[in-house]
Amino acid sequence: MTIFNLYIFDRNGTCLYYTEWNRRNQSGISKEEEFKLMYGMILSIKSFCSRLSPTDLKDGFLSYRTSKYKLHFYETASGLKFILNTDINAGNMRDNIQQIYSNIYVENVIKNPECKLGQQITSELFQTKLDDYIRSLPQFATKLS
Amino acid sequence: MSRQIGRSVDPKKVSGELFTLTYGALVSQLIKDYENEDDVNKQLDKMGYNIGVRLIEDFLARSNVGRCHDFRETADVISKVGFKMFLGITPVVTNWSPAGDEFSLLLENNPLTDFVELPDGHSNLSYSNIMCGVLRGALEMVQLDVDVRFEQDQLKGDNITEIRLKFIKRLEDAVPVGED
Repeated sequence: MTIFNLYIFDRNGTCLYYTEWNRRNQSGISKEEEFKLMYGMILSIKSFCSRLSPTDLKDGFLSYRTSKYKLHFYETASGLKFILNTDINAGNMRDNIQQIYSNIYVENVIKNPECKLGQQITSELFQTKLDDYIRSLPQFATKLS
Repeated sequence: MSRQIGRSVDPKKVSGELFTLTYGALVSQLIKDYENEDDVNKQLDKMGYNIGVRLIEDFLARSNVGRCHDFRETADVISKVGFKMFLGITPVVTNWSPAGDEFSLLLENNPLTDFVELPDGHSNLSYSNIMCGVLRGALEMVQLDVDVRFEQDQLKGDNITEIRLKFIKRLEDAVPVGED
């Protein structure tokens, strides 16, 4: 199992943070273009889900899986969006993303007055903490099984 | 790990009295800086707003509450979870307007105003105005545009401190150009 990459978008669609670990295939377009496409797709899936749902949906769209990868989506009530791509064997990553939000993002970005809201995160502390956390996850193990 | 060793007192917590006194010093400095008390109120509101837009993330991360379905639920969460978490009090939610878009929070004791007496000649000052800003900022981040103001204040001789919240509109998520 392994983890490919992570996107963090704010409520305005700005990509606050992007990082990748074992990503072997690049999309061949600029990162900005890729962020836009990713955000647009998430927004469309979200609105599609809520339109199709017969009942009032609570969390809505959580993840999807293709034959090659699995995309996990987590959105906070404040509109912050976390998108984590893993391989298809990773189970439910929701708790892990929640951990990233409450223990890493809030502690190191929100509570850091040097980090301006709505702008790209450049804090090294945040980057290190996030990297350590992701690498410590059992899902990260890169051994091919 | 190091934080867990010798954790008799949570290093992130400060005494409530220190907090109250610091806030008092802040307000009195603002009064010195801006002669006009309306400007002081405005500054406090602005500071509160900037606190609120960050505080909401801490609140969401720690409380794990999801999106509220109506304004009544929001009111309940503000009082029972929000105020409880950050100020240790639970204001009473009351005085709903018939349309259900306006309510009051009644504070029996306001931790910001312990030890505070307003000298004469400060009738325009809204001493705890920072709270209005915090509420406004925090709610704006969860797509609620609200108007917040002090209706009654024990500091000015009223029996109770009352904060009035009025729902204005729901803010929509920004959609990038080219989407519907």
